[in-house]
Amino acid sequence: MPTVIFIEPDGAEYPIVVKSGTTARDAAVNNSVPGIDGDCGGECACATCHVHVDAAWMARTGMAEPGGMEANLLQFAEGSTENSRLACQITMTDDLDGLMLRIPDGQH
Amino acid sequence: MTTDTLVRDPASTVPLSQMDVSDPKLFQSDTIGSYFARLRREDPVHYCPESAYGPYWSVTKFKDIMQVEVNHQTFSSEAKLGGIALQDMQSGEASLELEMFIAMDPPKHDAQRKAVSPVVAPSNLVLLEPIIRERAGLILDSLPIGEEIDWVDRVSIELTTMTLATLFDFPWEERRKLTRWSDVATATPETGVVSSFEQRREELLECAQYFKGLWDQRVNEPPKSDLISMMVHSPATRDMPYLEFLGNLILLIVGGNDTTRNSISGGVLALNQNPAEYRKLMADPGLIPKMIPEIIRWQTPLTHMRRTALMDAEIGGRKIRKGDKVVMWYLSGNRDDEVIDRPNEFIIDRPNSRHHLSFGFGVHRCMGNRVAELQLRIIWEEILKRFSKVEVVGAPERTLSNFIRGFTHLPVKLHAH
Repeated sequence: MPTVIFIEPDGAEYPIVVKSGTTARDAAVNNSVPGIDGDCGGECACATCHVHVDAAWMARTGMAEPGGMEANLLQFAEGSTENSRLACQITMTDDLDGLMLRIPDGQH
Repeated sequence: MTTDTLVRDPASTVPLSQMDVSDPKLFQSDTIGSYFARLRREDPVHYCPESAYGPYWSVTKFKDIMQVEVNHQTFSSEAKLGGIALQDMQSGEASLELEMFIAMDPPKHDAQRKAVSPVVAPSNLVLLEPIIRERAGLILDSLPIGEEIDWVDRVSIELTTMTLATLFDFPWEERRKLTRWSDVATATPETGVVSSFEQRREELLECAQYFKGLWDQRVNEPPKSDLISMMVHSPATRDMPYLEFLGNLILLIVGGNDTTRNSISGGVLALNQNPAEYRKLMADPGLIPKMIPEIIRWQTPLTHMRRTALMDAEIGGRKIRKGDKVVMWYLSGNRDDEVIDRPNEFIIDRPNSRHHLSFGFGVHRCMGNRVAELQLRIIWEEILKRFSKVEVVGAPERTLSNFIRGFTHLPVKLHAH
């Protein structure tokens, strides 16, 4: 069971142990992590689960596919960077155990 | 209800082949719900071959609507194809050739949206919150206790207009012009807001003229965080053609005015119709943040958005042809019991209350959704501090429109703590 760690803008950490196959968005929403609303239900349609992937983990999560819906939505999200992903598009596996996702400042 | 009235209820007796849900009177009388309920049951993706707006498809289920929302490659918002509402944007007499990013497809949409979205970004809203709260307080403090007043005019319109004037840094004393332009922009002659399309055109040109003045003034000033200054100084918008500038302004005026205004009124009505929920709220004001999305779902201030198919497609098993007009009825999707538990109940602490269609989804998702929620949260926090009840004391009057779901009048009486 991999752990995903959400880090709030103030530094507070929320480590969450999930079953492999769970998305990072579901991990956050099911555990009421502040700043991850996930309004669309995890369908890559609203960008309310925007996170910054810790630089050390980028190689394993990969970037949002250029020109795809995720990248389309991220371009309008405040504080979007090269490390930006939508948490609903990151599926947790043992390979991602310990993944650190930072929640952008000011995200609801 | 007697069997007799059931039999005569047109929502259940009209043949499906003749069912046309576009009549604005069905929305004004708030009888549209039973039509949508029948469509969701019997013909969830429904073709209406003939209407005042020409032939169109009605998509009535939450999941089908979502499928259209996220497929902007197939379902276009382009103004020249008709735009984003049942009523075509570029149709003869109604036309002012306005261009706005809500009625554009990527990539042009993307550049313009990015240019103006910082004004409603969370970091800007943090700065706005104390200003909106102070103004909300002043509005509420000016109201008489125990006398009948019109909540729509005295509170809903006043607060959203003030917020909009703040976002635009609009001349304060003239802010009700924004309200007027917002009403005019979505009006047709039958609503009585304007008497003719010519009058509408003239008033909107007056609006354009006014904003041109503000534009000329801001272009010579250093960049600020108001919307006009942002548009003037952003490379994506500063060389915008005149009608595109006007179009985007009107988009933001209507977007910021006609929507939240009606959710503010709709919340008061919903709590009055559900007294147990009102008591729950009074007992625990901490429920406000959960209640706000429920109010926005319940009200669904924009009943629909429309797309035009760029190619043949399939929705819910129905074949859509290239060129067809496709209407996503948010008001119906927000009552779909396949996705929303007990959808016809107003529940202020509903789990998962944020999962609603009122803001749309995909690249056109409401840009101002956080400002809307902020205003609603603030007004309710300030109401609860001051009044034990905002009591609805007469029948609400609803807007004659198949697009804006709102109120023109809501008589209330305030009770002190």
